[in-house]
Amino acid sequence: MSPMPYYVSPEQLMRDKADYARKGISRGKSMLAVECAPGIVMVAENPSTLLNKISEVYDRIAFGAVGKYNEFESFRKAGVRLADMTGFAYGREDVTAKAVANAFANALGTIFTEQMKPYEIEILVAQVGERPEDDEMYRVLYDGSLQEEQGVVAMGGHAEALMSALASAYQPGLDLDSAVRLGATALANVEPDRPIGAESLEVAVLDRERPRRAFRRFTNEEIATILRGDGE
Amino acid sequence: MIGSPEGPDWATAAFAADPNPSFADLIRKVDPGLLPTHDARAGVLPEIPHGTTILALRFDSGIVMAGDRRATEGMSIADRRMQKVFPADSHSAVAIAGAAGPAIDLVRLMQVELEHYEKLEGESLSLEGKSNRLAQLIKQNFPMALQGLVVVPIFAGYDRRRAEGRIFRYDAVGGRYEETEYHATGSGGVHARGTIKKRFRGDLSREDAIRVCVEALMDAGDEDAATGGPDLGRGIFPVVAVVTAEGYAAVDDGELRAATESLLQERGR
Repeated sequence: MSPMPYYVSPEQLMRDKADYARKGISRGKSMLAVECAPGIVMVAENPSTLLNKISEVYDRIAFGAVGKYNEFESFRKAGVRLADMTGFAYGREDVTAKAVANAFANALGTIFTEQMKPYEIEILVAQVGERPEDDEMYRVLYDGSLQEEQGVVAMGGHAEALMSALASAYQPGLDLDSAVRLGATALANVEPDRPIGAESLEVAVLDRERPRRAFRRFTNEEIATILRGDGE
Repeated sequence: MIGSPEGPDWATAAFAADPNPSFADLIRKVDPGLLPTHDARAGVLPEIPHGTTILALRFDSGIVMAGDRRATEGMSIADRRMQKVFPADSHSAVAIAGAAGPAIDLVRLMQVELEHYEKLEGESLSLEGKSNRLAQLIKQNFPMALQGLVVVPIFAGYDRRRAEGRIFRYDAVGGRYEETEYHATGSGGVHARGTIKKRFRGDLSREDAIRVCVEALMDAGDEDAATGGPDLGRGIFPVVAVVTAEGYAAVDDGELRAATESLLQERGR
């Protein structure tokens, strides 16, 4: 005997999916990004040195994500493929964070509505311009909604606490080290009982002064050196 | 959305669960028209620009690669300032001789291929892997080689695992051969090789290696009508690049002018 079919209203279905995705994301670790004078600094809590949350997409564009690794990794690869195809077919300057973020939003939106289990991820697509006012950050939510962000942005487990910590301490025009310290301190303060040292941070910058490929990842030693400079 | 609505579906291809990190394979599937290879048919090939003399040699901390600046179209000079030496990625360089259009396309594809792999996999290919990849890309150009659109590059770089510079030359069908000391090819290649053979030592310094390159191209320009010698009047010098453990660096014109002038003085001109 087949089971009785149940009716679930679309509103209820979407709400359940959204709750599921939000819960999954809030259980995970966090990442944040800070716009500063030399570019955009991205900081994530990530004890792994091989499985990255922050990475390069194209010359001036970076990717950051929170949530399930296997789910956002497929988006990272898709972003690199789209960017490289666009740059090859047209020109390198025709690859934009906006187009990449839009493609992510489309794909995540489709997954959210069509698949039983939504993706438990959020993605940040950042792009540095020639001047700080040309910098762009786009945040793609689990249901495919797309938001433009400015100044600072936080995502993941402690997004709200991080956001308020960052917003109160942030000022435009920070130098690189101050921006890294701002992010690291905010991450450390949201969970005071669990110390977050340089070895459990992943830090990268989109440096507008670098020729062509702006993305640079910091080594654990470099992060430790920047964080030690705090007391001076 | 990226990509034209009527055109190939880039987004579907980008989001497909495909473990292949090759950019060339990706566009072959999605949009093969972007590949440098055309569907070759029998017929009379129109006159197109050809690039001529390129060379590479090893020195004590890496490799030096150089190319003259002339492109010819039959009996005419098509370009006086052509670039034939390019960075392939941060630690390797590629130089091209032969049919200029397909060769430049090949370089572009090679550059994206290496960067694409590096971004997807999180680390660069080995130098061996890069040189093999170029061989495969040239092999795919085979139908065009049959038509006379031959592309013969030299690939060289710094092998970080072995901590030394290495040079690879290719034939028109993608055969790959490692050279232990130096190589020169293109229409003036035979003359350039003659000069390098007399000047080459195993322990050349960076400055000496650059001087050997400049001298070899000067001799090739003297003997071969399709190779352009240094043009002091217009300020056109060969493109010379050095690849060491620190990466790819182009040699600036000031240094090349000084090397050229000192060579001319030595020869009493």
